Amino acid sequence: MDEKKTAWERLQLIHTKGRPTIKDYIPQIFTDWYEMHGDRLFGDDRAIIGGLARLDGEPVTIIAEVKGRDINENKVCNFAMPHPEGYRKALRIARQAEKFHRPIICFIDTPGAFCGVAAEERGQGEAIAKNIAEFMTLRTPIISIVLGEGGSGGALALGVCDELAMLENAEYSVLSPRGFASILWKDASREQEASELMKITAEDMVRLGVAEAIIEEPLGGAHNDLDKISENIHEYLSQKIPEKCKKDIDVLLKERYTKFRKIGAFTE
Amino acid sequence: MFEDFFNVVKKRWGDGEEEYKPPMFKCPRCQGTSPLSKYEELHRVCPKCSYHGRLSSQERIAITVDKDSFKEFNGNLRGADPLDFPDYKEKQAELRGSTGLNEAVITGTASIKGSPVVIGIMDSRFMMGSMGSVVGEKITRAFEYATEHKLPVIMFTASGGARMQEGIVSLMQMAKTSGAVKLHSEAGGLYIAVMTDPTTGGVTASFASLGDIIIAEPKVLIGFAGRRVIEGTIKQRLPEDFQLAEFMYDKGFVDMIVERRKLRSVLSHLLKLHGFYPKEA
Repeated sequence: MDEKKTAWERLQLIHTKGRPTIKDYIPQIFTDWYEMHGDRLFGDDRAIIGGLARLDGEPVTIIAEVKGRDINENKVCNFAMPHPEGYRKALRIARQAEKFHRPIICFIDTPGAFCGVAAEERGQGEAIAKNIAEFMTLRTPIISIVLGEGGSGGALALGVCDELAMLENAEYSVLSPRGFASILWKDASREQEASELMKITAEDMVRLGVAEAIIEEPLGGAHNDLDKISENIHEYLSQKIPEKCKKDIDVLLKERYTKFRKIGAFTE
Repeated sequence: MFEDFFNVVKKRWGDGEEEYKPPMFKCPRCQGTSPLSKYEELHRVCPKCSYHGRLSSQERIAITVDKDSFKEFNGNLRGADPLDFPDYKEKQAELRGSTGLNEAVITGTASIKGSPVVIGIMDSRFMMGSMGSVVGEKITRAFEYATEHKLPVIMFTASGGARMQEGIVSLMQMAKTSGAVKLHSEAGGLYIAVMTDPTTGGVTASFASLGDIIIAEPKVLIGFAGRRVIEGTIKQRLPEDFQLAEFMYDKGFVDMIVERRKLRSVLSHLLKLHGFYPKEA
């Protein structure tokens, strides 16, 4: 693991063309993948995919934000920026996982929820809020992994879980460094400075109690060796999923609540 | 000498003019101007378009709950600086001085026409009501108290969203507060969210949108993404009424729009409809 990389260098790295996306990982890690579509309310948002598969032979539910590998894929998946129907599809599929006692694996990879007129009209805020609240009490284990970008509420909507892992070069942040610089300093060009101040790296997440694990990437980054990074993710899941499934569900839910409950810095 | 005399006359005239000009309120919604005294008399409601302006938390308490019934929780909770963010500590200290507030929300118990409630009021004067650790912790504790004591919760939301200076720690407050709301709800608790100006970003995307009943004041701003951000994305100007309470009501995200002068009475009725009657004297 190369700990010397700065937040800015890692940001460049996760935006490298050829960085693997969920579409690359699914055939490497899972078998029997069946994608399910639609939120049953409005439509099917291709920025989030969900469905069933097997991990080491056991059924699991997968929910993932999808980045495109080229411009055509990105047009379809809207650069991994979901609309409300994407989050509602995720919740529908998560509830099914709960019903059929399957653990849920969420893959986070988004610059953030889409900011647009239609997204506001259909309740972007409500959709995210609902997912956060509902995932907190879903009676099945949930593991989330940040593959690249974990942008804001759009990431947290798939991020309420029993354990969060970060790929080594992934970032998780309240807002993109660019957006952060433009809100706080009214100057988007100071994004590099923002990225360093914001504490967004995998190590920062572990230190701040947001993430529990870091999944090592091949030298130079995930794009250099798809087999190796897939193997590392697989290994992590093969260990964690059975571990969480064995736990009493009420204990697990209590721990899930406490994981978030204890985050915060204040004096009294 | 003549020049001095002229200046004195000019000064007097100038002063005189200002003295006779009553201070005016310019409405951010209709752009109309009205005497400030009239706006204040209406508890900060624009006399022309009925935009409901921002109140301080103390003013909100005064017009909402029974006199002397408010008992504050955790009033001494103060922010720290989890990211060692430049100037953040100084900024908090400065605002504590200028606003007399310790943070952007006050919470506590109170009664409304005799019905007991847990109440939270966000105050936009403290860093735009943004949610960092203290706001998240106080709201979470308020819901946990309400769950334990089987009390209803009323939250007056007013926020620019997550507190940037606390980075990811702020984002996690969305999960923390929403989790506490969920447990309160699962225990059968009533939660009424009252969206006031402005309710946006991470607060809209967490506890503000989770009310069993969602009330908004007229013409207040409610949304997830900022207007300028959306305009930047779509490269065109948005209509004036975009993201106002009435827009969110039309889209189905607000149960009712209630004028400030009727709010106390509406809240009291809703509490009683859920079985929260005044305690017998």
